[in-house]
Amino acid sequence: MSNNGIAVNVEALSKVYRLGVKEQTSEHMSELLLDFLRSPVQNFRKYRSLYKFDDVELDESSVTEAQAENILWALRGVSFSVREGEVVGIIGGNGAGKSTLLKILSRITPPTRGKVDIHGRVSSLLEVGTGFHPELTGRENVFLNGTILGMRKKEVVQKFDEIVSFSGVEKFLDTPVKRYSSGMRVRLAFAVAAHLEPEILIVDEVLAVGDAAFQQKCMNKMQAVGKEGRTVLFVSHNMPAVTSLCDRVIWLDQGQKVTEGPAQEIVGKYLLEGVETTAHRVWKSAASAPGGKFAQLREVRVVSEAGSVKGHYDIQEPIGIAMEYDVLQGGEVMLPHFRIRNDNGVLVFVTLDHDPEWYQRPRPAGRYVSTVRIPGNLLNEGPHFVECSLITRHPDIPQFHETDVVTFAVMGSMEPGTARGDWPGRLKGVVSPALQWETRYSEA
Amino acid sequence: MNSTSDKSPAVTIKPPGKWEVIDFRELRDYRDLFFFLVWRDIKVLYAQTVMGFAWAILNPLIQILVFSIIFGKVAKLDTDGIPYVLFSTVAIIPWAYMSEAMSKSSDSLVSGQAMLGKIYFPRLIFPVTPILAKLVDFSISLLLLLAVMVYYRVEPTWNLLLLPFLIVLMMTVPAGIGFWLSALAIRFRDVKFAMPFMIRMLIYSAPILYTASSIPDGYRFLYSLNPIVAVIEGFRACLLGTEIPWEFIFPGTIVSILLLVSGAMYFRRMERVFVDVI
Repeated sequence: MSNNGIAVNVEALSKVYRLGVKEQTSEHMSELLLDFLRSPVQNFRKYRSLYKFDDVELDESSVTEAQAENILWALRGVSFSVREGEVVGIIGGNGAGKSTLLKILSRITPPTRGKVDIHGRVSSLLEVGTGFHPELTGRENVFLNGTILGMRKKEVVQKFDEIVSFSGVEKFLDTPVKRYSSGMRVRLAFAVAAHLEPEILIVDEVLAVGDAAFQQKCMNKMQAVGKEGRTVLFVSHNMPAVTSLCDRVIWLDQGQKVTEGPAQEIVGKYLLEGVETTAHRVWKSAASAPGGKFAQLREVRVVSEAGSVKGHYDIQEPIGIAMEYDVLQGGEVMLPHFRIRNDNGVLVFVTLDHDPEWYQRPRPAGRYVSTVRIPGNLLNEGPHFVECSLITRHPDIPQFHETDVVTFAVMGSMEPGTARGDWPGRLKGVVSPALQWETRYSEA
Repeated sequence: MNSTSDKSPAVTIKPPGKWEVIDFRELRDYRDLFFFLVWRDIKVLYAQTVMGFAWAILNPLIQILVFSIIFGKVAKLDTDGIPYVLFSTVAIIPWAYMSEAMSKSSDSLVSGQAMLGKIYFPRLIFPVTPILAKLVDFSISLLLLLAVMVYYRVEPTWNLLLLPFLIVLMMTVPAGIGFWLSALAIRFRDVKFAMPFMIRMLIYSAPILYTASSIPDGYRFLYSLNPIVAVIEGFRACLLGTEIPWEFIFPGTIVSILLLVSGAMYFRRMERVFVDVI
């Protein structure tokens, strides 16, 4: 194809919204009356100005304070491209510009600056059941909704039976949708959406409605769509869904692209956002290193099984935490230990160095590295904070005690063999161990 | 994998320009959606009513009766010798269509805003949908017209050949106004409050309840610029076989075309910012 395998190309995209002008309040009766008379003219100016941005310059410095107050950059100079067949996730906090980006890509709202080139037929799914009319029957709504989502009538005719059996509301096809339960309505709406066959699919978070079973159905369908080689752009707050569905992730924050890259890596960074992200801490000089009379901490790192420093781990992956310390004065029994806390500050566990080689044995002076290995499928998803300390035994004298010395993130997975399995949401709890289950069956 | 999809279209999304022309090819691509929206409007209109489509006859019938009693019997308006019921029926039937289509079309974007924010399609489909959907009511109400004409033994004349043209003109007027007002209503909700009042007033702007001949000569030209006058006088002449009032039809047609084209241009200009100002 002439587009070199690029399905979507976004160049320096910006979108400005003008916020409603502040209401003026008046304190006196006469002012109130005057305002009342003046307000039509003011309102006219206000509502007319809502869509005009001739006075806004891209250059931030030239925007006067009054304008800046009144203007919101929902997107600012965002560029990226998506190859054909790629599944790309868009993540970011509230107000990051994700929805605005999808709206521009779906041509619902125009950009203020920049441009987008799209090669292929686009269907966007920002909502399930757009245009459903309560007075129409299920059958009629399938046709209406299908064409609204961009299907041709003959496509809907071809897929009609499939859609109906997917939805499971066969019996009520000729009942007006207003008599449906909300669950039935959502199922029917999703069944239509699931049978879209665009070249490029744009999906918003809204799919995360309904019960767990329904969400599961959505996830499976999304997975299938990705495997069919369609290009998908997917906005979600559900990080495991993002990592399991997407090849690549674009991270937006306050309208700007923070970074993009492989899903695992970017999601890991995103989860550690706002957290002092260090998987590795070194004290270069002995003078600044924390420690006491007998021992001094020199380095802490979070390491993968292969031994390299890394800040984010798949839930199935073992995590190593190593402390490197100098024993300054030999002859003491030492007890290095870690405390692991989660992002709610809950202490997950304490682990003590009981290496048999040094158990109850005085240590000579020198450099030590003590590493603990946390097995995979134990910690729950989310950021974790490590507290690193060491005491001497008999008497117990603390040598160093550093809180939040290193951090790492555990990312959920929906692979079989994890605690979650195919369950679509994050499991609650401090830990998320994958435990053995056995179910016996006997005939009644 | 998708046998029904056309060749991959390449679309470029850019900031909106000042003026844009109507993209007829795009409108054609969305014809199925257009068809279903019109069909939805028709289907839903009389849902859960006892009378159903009979309302399409009852509405104008009641108007005709009331006007005939007040203006025909009580006020005894001069109608150039035509029985008042017949005189008002031929005017109220197209007027009922125009007023309904006009108000639905003007309201179309505001009432459909939930859809506007969630999905793309050529926005022009919205104000055009009621223009077509209301034709169903109009066709049904033609039965009433036919009944009245048979009752008064009106003989068909060659003037009837003008009817298709007049129907198109009758659709053009609310379409032009609908384009303008629906686009304005998104930005200024005042339209919503002004609309019912405006329509009630508009009935007096055209010779629906009185004759055009009662307008003083000096004001005739100004009067003829109102395209509703052309439609009403045209219908009357066409159905009753009186002299065709070209002096109204020509200016009215020109004004309604201007209204339609300017309305479409304004609509296109505003179209891309609708979502941002809802």
